[in-house]
Amino acid sequence: MTAGPRPALVRADHLGRVFDVSKPWLNRVLEGEDRKLLHAVTDVSFEIAPNEVYALVGESGSGKSTIGKMIVGLLQPTAGDIAIGESPRTGRSTRLQMIFQSPFASMNPRWRVRDIIAETIADPSIDRGARAGELLEKVGLSAEDAEKFPHEFSGGQRQRIAVARALAADPDFIVCDEPTSALDVSVQAQVLNLMRDLQEELALSYLFISHDLAVVRYMADRIGVLYLGRLVEDAPRDALFAEPLHPYTRMLLEAAPRLDAFGREAPPPQGEIPDPIDPPSGCAFHPRCPLANRRCKTEAPRTLALENRCVACHAVEEGRSA
Amino acid sequence: MTQSPVLSVTDLVVEIPTRRGVLRPVDSVSFDIAAGEVLGVVGESGAGKSMTGSAVIGLIDPPGRIASGEVRLNGARIDNLRPSEMRRIRGKRIGMVFQDPMASLNPLLTVGDQLEETIQVHLGLRRAEARKRAIAALEEVGIPAADRRIDSYPHEFSGGMRQRVVIALALAAEPEMVIADEPTTALDVSVQAQIVALLRRLCRERGAAVMLITHDMGVIAETADRVAVMYAGRVVEIGPVREVVGAPSHPYSVGLMGATPSTSGDAASERLKQIPGAMPRLLSIPSGCAFHPRCPRAFDTCDREAPPLLRSGSSLAACWLCSPDHQHLVQSATLPEAIE
Repeated sequence: MTAGPRPALVRADHLGRVFDVSKPWLNRVLEGEDRKLLHAVTDVSFEIAPNEVYALVGESGSGKSTIGKMIVGLLQPTAGDIAIGESPRTGRSTRLQMIFQSPFASMNPRWRVRDIIAETIADPSIDRGARAGELLEKVGLSAEDAEKFPHEFSGGQRQRIAVARALAADPDFIVCDEPTSALDVSVQAQVLNLMRDLQEELALSYLFISHDLAVVRYMADRIGVLYLGRLVEDAPRDALFAEPLHPYTRMLLEAAPRLDAFGREAPPPQGEIPDPIDPPSGCAFHPRCPLANRRCKTEAPRTLALENRCVACHAVEEGRSA
Repeated sequence: MTQSPVLSVTDLVVEIPTRRGVLRPVDSVSFDIAAGEVLGVVGESGAGKSMTGSAVIGLIDPPGRIASGEVRLNGARIDNLRPSEMRRIRGKRIGMVFQDPMASLNPLLTVGDQLEETIQVHLGLRRAEARKRAIAALEEVGIPAADRRIDSYPHEFSGGMRQRVVIALALAAEPEMVIADEPTTALDVSVQAQIVALLRRLCRERGAAVMLITHDMGVIAETADRVAVMYAGRVVEIGPVREVVGAPSHPYSVGLMGATPSTSGDAASERLKQIPGAMPRLLSIPSGCAFHPRCPRAFDTCDREAPPLLRSGSSLAACWLCSPDHQHLVQSATLPEAIE
């Protein structure tokens, strides 16, 4: 499932976000320090087609959550645009919803589940209680649960309630920010299966944000890999896993623990994620990259568009990566 | 096993009295760990894996207590020692690595102060020698420029480097065994691989026994020699890693492995297997086998009697299906493709 000739539902165009992390003015004056800027997201472009699941993977500090927040409008980009197209399903403008990581922090503990779910129902002709019950049954809970409070549910059940709440607004597109990383494996499997079923049944599009390549592989049609705020590789799922091009993608795949690699003695990846306030020059990955040369240290790589995928790496461009 | 185990836990029961009844977060748990061996303890939240680790090192908060059973370190009982005696064992004979490195380090002391203190107290060395030892320990865990970094405070290190410092601290007194409780859960994948490799290498070199507690099946598969799977306070399966992860016997282990998404294989478009329901609460642990309400293969014996650990290949599984009396059920029942 690629964008193809269909118009994109969501398009991020050279998106950027800078945070000012300077000390207060007086401290700067007294200590003679300059402003400090954190480039959380730099020049990120991608498209999400209707009915497509696009995943962003990256480690901490890669800017994945910042992008998710910008897409739903919780943060304003400092550069670039976000274009949200018309919903092909309804013809009206696309409706967005978001599912957050923590099923404990994202719900008002004093509200009943019915009110949490029905808050986004705008149409006064809808019976809110009945709709909430219907949605609860859709996500595998029972309609009676609508009268309960969030604390009466386990983490997995709360994340189901979060899914029901997102669906209440009849969305076309849902940003899912690490929706299962707070859950146990067996519960994670339940929630992932549910989210995949709903995506197919309701023809939804997801922006699925995760640090876990295995989860992303299970959910996404297309995957973007982020490193220190830049998109280093963007490819269809099967192509990415069969033939990762960027050295960082390769490193991530290599480092991911595997169930069938008993007593694996492969040398672990080198180095750690650099400080995003003071990122390395040139390609931000060069201090950890086995293929880095002088050019990588000085010049940030352009995004190279290949057939159906893109990658930002000098080594790939120069054919040194094979 | 020819040599006697470093750690030997027998029928360990931990109880916590509460207003609503006595909870048993750890129930009849037994296992051994040999020198140089890594025993992985896996399970989901509430399985009792961390509580088992705390019981071994005598760190159960009152009113919780070890109700029965034995913990032996190189043959000597350590579960009935006085707190002052236990304190001499912790850090000296049993090293500890916890999930959050910041919680194991004092933010007001430099890394060097903390390492030197540990070394002075446990090995009885002088200050200058202790400092030399501390620098060597930091070098060994891969901290660059250790002779300068030793005077830094914990907040000046990144998360991965901090966890390295904690490992250096845990191994500083040359312990006979190390308990690592979710040591990589707070770390990124690329750093996690480094920490796991480091822990395994150091313990193997020094012949320390390791109890690695984690919820991550991938980490267990790559690191452990043997695995214990816990469910609702009990060990439901224990055996060599290849068997327990690769070809599990207990239906819960089967479900757990099937529910774990993987980056390899051609199963990209397959559904994840899911176990219905969730881990029971400690106040309402089901009768018989605690897993029976979620088990796709439960039969009439399962809700009446809790199964003992029964032999299955080269591992042990607490499941009636492994009992010779029930072999006919194994043959007749076909394991459902997707457990739903």
